[in-house]
Amino acid sequence: MSETSRISGYAHPDVLVTTEWLAQNSASVKIVECDEDVLLYEVGHIPGAVKLDWHTELNDQDKRDYLTGAQFAELMKLKGIDRKDTIVLYGDRSNWWATYAFWVMKLFGHEDVRILNGGRSKWIAEGREITKEAPETGAVEYPVVERDDKTIRAFRHEVLEHIGKPLIDVRSRPEYTGERLHMPDYPNEGASRGGHIPTAASIPWSSAILEDETFKDVEALRAIYFDATGFDPSDDFVAYCRIGERSSHSWFVLKYLLGVKNVRNYDGSWTEWGNLVGVPIAVGEEPGVFAR
Amino acid sequence: MNSNAQAVVDDFTFLEERDRLQLLLEFSEQLPALDARFGENPELLERVEECQSPVFIAVEGNLERVSLHFSAPQEAPTTRGFASVLNSALNGQSAQEILDLPDDFPSMLGLDRLISPLRVRGMRGMLSRIKRKTREIVAAGI
Repeated sequence: MSETSRISGYAHPDVLVTTEWLAQNSASVKIVECDEDVLLYEVGHIPGAVKLDWHTELNDQDKRDYLTGAQFAELMKLKGIDRKDTIVLYGDRSNWWATYAFWVMKLFGHEDVRILNGGRSKWIAEGREITKEAPETGAVEYPVVERDDKTIRAFRHEVLEHIGKPLIDVRSRPEYTGERLHMPDYPNEGASRGGHIPTAASIPWSSAILEDETFKDVEALRAIYFDATGFDPSDDFVAYCRIGERSSHSWFVLKYLLGVKNVRNYDGSWTEWGNLVGVPIAVGEEPGVFAR
Repeated sequence: MNSNAQAVVDDFTFLEERDRLQLLLEFSEQLPALDARFGENPELLERVEECQSPVFIAVEGNLERVSLHFSAPQEAPTTRGFASVLNSALNGQSAQEILDLPDDFPSMLGLDRLISPLRVRGMRGMLSRIKRKTREIVAAGI
């Protein structure tokens, strides 16, 4: 199946663009690169793209939280992005951080945000132009919009109440079973217990993509997220991982490709849950049960 | 800390925070290419599991002089930068000087606020593996 016919099959085909589309339309959109590797943008990026650093720019630097509405408005101005602009996000690691930035932008209700299907690696694999030149960003105004923490974001007490409804752990299998918390010679990654939130289905984030890092077709995705789990697409969903980046990727799949209306990302994820006093944890292959 | 390592720390901490990333980028560009014999004998290299990017190291030599070898992909410049920093600080030093480098060396570069903690830990992983392999050289009394 061609990439464009795959895209047209998704619930919201307008949020994904192909590399070819971006090459043709780069002048009419704001391109934003968001990578895990903090130096990758400097090595070379899509012409016209600005750099967005997830670690220092999207997060509050003191408390564990995202920017305030005023800080987000400042950030957008710094990047030369107008509230009405179409933003196209892409990045390394199959768009983990691009989808994470997408999710943060949606906390502030930026309307037209899109993901470059296949991300940075597909653009480069196709031999498309890259540059080391950072674009000039024009002066823009961006309104202060309060962050909406209710619609697409889940907090720990909400996750506790959610147990029993569709809950998806998108980490790797050894992280889910609890056998891997940290590795030999390696400092603990920041959780004191291994395992998963009881009843969570294990669907590693990478289940959603093909070898070229573009998303699988909608039928294949339905089979993975609904048929194999028995989850009802009309139900409420929560996804989580370690710090909320890989689960942004799966959140994007559920909401925009599969059309799940109510799906939230639990950004506290395992680095919070695995340290919380008194919450239930399941260990091993099975989702486990939780009796209230 | 040996004088090479101290010079690297001084170079980083002398700069404003934002410019430290630029210096790390320059280090990444200066990472020596891997000796061809490792390409033919990949078993001589050890994977650094702590890094999410595929990074391989080899530690060779004797008590007086230890040489280090690194392999990291071009698409992982931060990891390459860390490898190159360790290469500058430790390559060619004696086994004792390598073991004497503080485990906290990665944090002495003043990058912790700029780079996510997990990435800095990847550098600690590289360092602890270099030290472990150096201890093997010491134990063998080569």
